[in-house]
Amino acid sequence: MAATEAREAVGEYKSGWHDPENATIRFDFGLSEQVVRDISALKNEPEWMTEIRVKAFHHFDNRPMPTWGNMSMLEEIDFDKVCYYLRSSDATEKDWEDVPEDIRNTFDKLGIPEAEQKWLSGVTAQYESEAVYHSIREDLEQQGVIFLDMDSGLREYPELVKKWFCSVVPYQDNKFSALNTAVWSGGSFIYVPKGVHVELPVQAYFRINAKNMGQFERTLIIADEGSSIHYVEGCTAPTYSTDSLHSAVVELIALPGAHIRYSTVQNWSTNVYNLVTKRGIAHENAKIEWVDGNIGSKLTMKYPAVILKGEGSHAEVISVAYSGKGQHQDAGAKIHHLASNTTSKILSKSISKDGGRGSYRGMVSVSPKAENCKLNVVCDALILDDGSRSDTYPTMEVANPSARCEHEASVSKVSDEQLFYLMSRGHSEEEALAMIVNGFFEPFTRELPMEYAVELNKLMALEMEGSIG
Amino acid sequence: MASDKPVLEISNLHAGIDDTPILRGINLEIPAGEIHAIMGRNGSGKTTTANIIMGHPDFDVTDGTVELDGGDLLEMEPWERAREGVFLSFQYPQAVPGLQVGNFLRKTVAAIRGEDVAKGAEFRKTLKDAMTELDIDRSFLGRYVNDGFSGGEKKRFEILQLMLLQPKLAILDETDSGLDIDGIRTVAKGINAAVRGTDSGALIITHYSRILEHVQPDKVHVLIKGRIVKSGGPELALELEERGYEWLETEAENSA
Repeated sequence: MAATEAREAVGEYKSGWHDPENATIRFDFGLSEQVVRDISALKNEPEWMTEIRVKAFHHFDNRPMPTWGNMSMLEEIDFDKVCYYLRSSDATEKDWEDVPEDIRNTFDKLGIPEAEQKWLSGVTAQYESEAVYHSIREDLEQQGVIFLDMDSGLREYPELVKKWFCSVVPYQDNKFSALNTAVWSGGSFIYVPKGVHVELPVQAYFRINAKNMGQFERTLIIADEGSSIHYVEGCTAPTYSTDSLHSAVVELIALPGAHIRYSTVQNWSTNVYNLVTKRGIAHENAKIEWVDGNIGSKLTMKYPAVILKGEGSHAEVISVAYSGKGQHQDAGAKIHHLASNTTSKILSKSISKDGGRGSYRGMVSVSPKAENCKLNVVCDALILDDGSRSDTYPTMEVANPSARCEHEASVSKVSDEQLFYLMSRGHSEEEALAMIVNGFFEPFTRELPMEYAVELNKLMALEMEGSIG
Repeated sequence: MASDKPVLEISNLHAGIDDTPILRGINLEIPAGEIHAIMGRNGSGKTTTANIIMGHPDFDVTDGTVELDGGDLLEMEPWERAREGVFLSFQYPQAVPGLQVGNFLRKTVAAIRGEDVAKGAEFRKTLKDAMTELDIDRSFLGRYVNDGFSGGEKKRFEILQLMLLQPKLAILDETDSGLDIDGIRTVAKGINAAVRGTDSGALIITHYSRILEHVQPDKVHVLIKGRIVKSGGPELALELEERGYEWLETEAENSA
């Protein structure tokens, strides 16, 4: 029953269809300094941005691939067979009616306009390289909240962007942050003024439609003193036989007393490389939470990070990863306690099935000067069959003895007795498995807005379909 | 019509696990409206009988039949048996962390009695009444299924499900074990409410006669080494309480 319901709701990788490609501008495959300059020129960017892009390109070009993680999958990426820029619509519209029809249909099918009316403060929808739709509730705009796509942000608030861009994630951070900085396009730019609380979440939706596409959105969120915001993003792509590359950079700045929650449910099709750098800086008494769901993609490497720079600041990273056939979710968290009385919590849940591989890679550090820090790390893995794999690579570097650290890890399998108990209550084996899996993910789903939680449960029910031999 | 058929009919049931025989020819009939008890020592095959009726995949049936209202149970998957009206109250109910009791009950009632039953105002009332009867607090609905439950809470939760699911056949596997006398009284009330005055049947599996003081069985069967060696009225339970199982074991060996 649940499985049928789920199929109706989500379809078989429901987002796997694609629309005809009607590009207005499409760059040739491959990357060079000229491509980077062309992207910048096309966007009429200030000189300083062009310069950062070019420097980042050379850094990317010279920097070797990471020598850890799933190196064999990384080596398969052919950077010469990626399209680095593709524009399908000439403008970012404020009304769905003005978005080109085929693109609007895409977002209709994904249910974005409907969600916007029901439960969001603002929406940005990105299709390939550019935002095609953008809106924010008037009351928020009146309170001075800035919510724009990143390109518009740079045009309208160049000083703010210049101040913070690359301040949390320098382009030299890693090969993929360099790549993103060189060719970034789209993403969100948000500024929440002092003391303003954005009650309803704002949402960004990223869609890759074209084959061999590279999507490199760049997001920058600044929450000024005592403000709060919840940002939600979703991602999908069609299922093609060739691979696409998604490499985003997200920078969060939570000024004293601010609270930023950033929720992601990534359901890229299983031919997308998802190599993302996400990091936030929390000032005094600020709070940053990453709620991170990784369901899709071929290879994900993503370790949302928080630098606890101000005293009394708090970080949470709550993540789930589902690795099915041919997938490797290499995910985790990084937290650096630089100041005293800072606290952090990491909860990581992973499920592997059908030969999928899940890795938790975590790094928590406490600097010598940071007194009385509290750290809590819990990683649980659930393995559904013998061919699947789960590994944990936890690192803790604690240089101050006053820190209180807790670390728990568990690996479990679904037991036959658990399944039999649920089957004896009228649930088929697949439904029983979905109940166990959804239960396992519950500490994560309860942190999501309801609509996302329901969707995630349906998605998991679907993944369990046909899994029983 | 099935009405003249017994609720449960087991004939010549032979079964085991990994080529080790456990049941060696069980015959049992429970007519509608009756409560039967199976008593026996550990390892006599009591729980195996319950598991086989419910369809546990670990056991192999080598001979015999098990019928519910005249329909062949052995051909069905466990969830099909549940939907046909078999209910097993487990000796060791399994925990499912993250699955909320309220959500689980609604889904389970929907699976077995239909989506309409699980939605109605009447269901909410039945649930509320049953919880009051079993002395279960409302906060229970927000907990995770059997996760961190005490022994007594687990058994009450099994009986709560029994009351909501209204099965044709209720099997209660050592429901009394680990309960104090108040607990036994409470679950007995639930069992009586679910079976007495209905067309359902119940099979109570137990070591001791204590629970049978509160749920009067129509018949008592004694299971020794995979065979029912003696059947009688409720007085047989009292006799076992006084004399133990040894005299029956001797009898069984002599007749074998």
